[in-house]
Amino acid sequence: MSSPEKKWKTVESGPHSYEEALHPVVRKNYGKWKYHEIPKPGVLKHVAHSGDAIYTVRAGTPRQDTVDMLRRLCDVADKYSDGYLRFTVRNNVEFLTPNEANVEPMILELEAMGFPVGGTGMCVSSVSHTQGWLHCDIPATDASGVVKSMMDTLYHEFRGMEMPNKVRLSTSCCAINCGGQADIAVVVKHTRPPRINHDHLATICELPKAVARCPVAAIRPTVINGKKSLMVDEEKCICCGACFGACPAMEINHPEHSKFAIWVGGKNSNARSKPSTMSIVAHNLPNNPPRWPEVTDVIGKILTAYKEGGRPWERVGEWINRIGWKRFFEETGLTFDDDMIDSYRHARTTFNQSAHVRF
Amino acid sequence: MEGAQKAASDEVIQGKDGGNGKFLNPTPMLDELEKGPWPSFISGFKELAERTEKPMLRGVMDQLEYSYNTKMGYWKGGLVTVDGYGAGVITRYSMIKDKFPEATEFHTMRIQPAPGLHYNTEMLRGLCDTWEKYGSGIITLHGQTGDIMLQGIEQDKVQECFDELNQAGWDLGGAGAGMRTAVSCIGPGRCENACYDDLKAHLKLLKHFVGPLHRPEWNYKIKLKFSGCPNDCTNAIMRSDLAVIGTWKDAIQIEPEEVTAWVEKNGIDAVVNQVINLCPTKAISLKDGEMVIDSRDCVRCMHCLNVMPKALSPGNERGISLLMGGKNTLKVGVNMGSLIVPFMKMESDEDMDEFIELVEGIIDWWDDNGLDHERIGETIERVGLKLFLEGVGLEVNINMVTRPRDNPYFKAKY
Repeated sequence: MSSPEKKWKTVESGPHSYEEALHPVVRKNYGKWKYHEIPKPGVLKHVAHSGDAIYTVRAGTPRQDTVDMLRRLCDVADKYSDGYLRFTVRNNVEFLTPNEANVEPMILELEAMGFPVGGTGMCVSSVSHTQGWLHCDIPATDASGVVKSMMDTLYHEFRGMEMPNKVRLSTSCCAINCGGQADIAVVVKHTRPPRINHDHLATICELPKAVARCPVAAIRPTVINGKKSLMVDEEKCICCGACFGACPAMEINHPEHSKFAIWVGGKNSNARSKPSTMSIVAHNLPNNPPRWPEVTDVIGKILTAYKEGGRPWERVGEWINRIGWKRFFEETGLTFDDDMIDSYRHARTTFNQSAHVRF
Repeated sequence: MEGAQKAASDEVIQGKDGGNGKFLNPTPMLDELEKGPWPSFISGFKELAERTEKPMLRGVMDQLEYSYNTKMGYWKGGLVTVDGYGAGVITRYSMIKDKFPEATEFHTMRIQPAPGLHYNTEMLRGLCDTWEKYGSGIITLHGQTGDIMLQGIEQDKVQECFDELNQAGWDLGGAGAGMRTAVSCIGPGRCENACYDDLKAHLKLLKHFVGPLHRPEWNYKIKLKFSGCPNDCTNAIMRSDLAVIGTWKDAIQIEPEEVTAWVEKNGIDAVVNQVINLCPTKAISLKDGEMVIDSRDCVRCMHCLNVMPKALSPGNERGISLLMGGKNTLKVGVNMGSLIVPFMKMESDEDMDEFIELVEGIIDWWDDNGLDHERIGETIERVGLKLFLEGVGLEVNINMVTRPRDNPYFKAKY
């Protein structure tokens, strides 16, 4: 691949340097911040020990951006924040300016360009998500399309601060769940074992690797029509799709049988309760492009109940811990079923080992 | 949500001229994603495609529309990289290139951003210009591991594109069984709770491990994430093998006048219900109307500091806690990182060198003892934390567990 006329010698530089990307007021007060306030949704005010203040205007983006869109964001930064901008882990863009007078015009301009200003404090922020059909090699669904559909219904919540505490969302287009643990997560749930292409399996897959990948030892070597291949014990298979990542001839994705599940109660922060993992509260939802209405409907039900019943500072999982799962299912209108009883390692720790009962 | 739906219907922004331009083929399913108030990635793609008339964009839109109809994905992996590197380009070939020849190749270049995801417009415009010259013009800010993802380039343009990016100070990110691109929060760049310079630590660590990042040869991936405080805005504990979390050892700093001002503004009910009652270890009490925090009971969760940012700040003796083993579901189930170093200083270059030495020791042990495709948390699950501590030479500490064992069967030293 190397070009004969190549002149540049690679510098293995690692991450881009950051000093030149910091606003001069940030550089001056680096590590010397005193406190912050949220004057209004989408705006932060940070005050340094020196007395300097810097204002941040935060706006939502599609994450799946283009050079045209980024140049427009650069125009905003050049006009209002001295040419500096940054992004958050929830794909929001931030403009930092020491000039308070720039805040309102910047908000108006961003909103006029279609970028919602918000994502601060007790709001529903944007979705941590994956690649989906646009770019991934193992997706059961799209990611950006699901996110767009969700955020259209949560637009008001992104731009406000009306929730008991922040709400973090994620989506994932396979059961690996690259989107991560979140207050509410949308994750693909396969409902059938992989379909095996015995004609090609041995030529495109390393058999021992695929066997070793299975978490429940359901994959065994076999010979089909004289060709080496693999077979799956369908009684044992838990439809995780791990083998598909190692062996493309073990297709797990299916247009009808790959469904959606909704999970709640994940939390990454250490504030109050320890970080927590999510629990499943709905599944068997159809993979229904282009707008996935069944998914956004369930998310709406959960958020409506949480907004109504959560106390200040309670995250979704903490709210459920207080009111109990019984009331969670009652208040959201969702249905608990026997598939929601854990059956994997550590399942025992999820059973109610007490006489504490909610009526 | 009713309010949200109303807002959505009130503020529907119809797609621009997308689909009606001359270049793209009709994409009726994708066009549905131009409705609604949230910014539409499809409108963005259409604008870019109609302006640049890059055939790859038309092909990818056609294939995506096809996926929306068939409910299946059509990309397969391969091996594309740049000279001297074994990772950093995510290869994508269309499985249905006969149907969509313009989508034959759609590779992604992972690029490591500056720590804290800070940009100036010169950097970002330069990146956009190079990317438009060689690639599709589609960029994701940012991928789940923290990379800038330049999506859509053909193999024969990868090296030239990389050379130009590299001259501007950009380098490829990680992939495969090696060190991965890291993430850090905004840290001392704006946050009053930053307990160490996580941007500096990020830069230093990732520069140190630049070799195994570009030439992966371990059992599996290692991810590092840096959060300035236990609010863990980078989701490090859950999402990284090594989570570097800022913390402090001494007492929370209290400004009594600001506490009084907060109480005057929010009322005594708020102090009781939102601060004292929500402290997970009941470390806060009122004595003669003044708020008192018993530091021995405080676990540095951040809650009271989050509620009263003007009145309370982290203590002065600052450093990091290191947690290890975070990863998502496959294969042993969701694994939160767990504490292996309660406290370490992270101020001087010597502190950081000591930290690098520790991380090297951890990786060496895992590389020797782990199995193929086994993350370090899974190795610990298989062999136990005790073997790891012996192997790396870390001293046992009660903070590593929530309580001593409840199972009596083990081989004790005697």
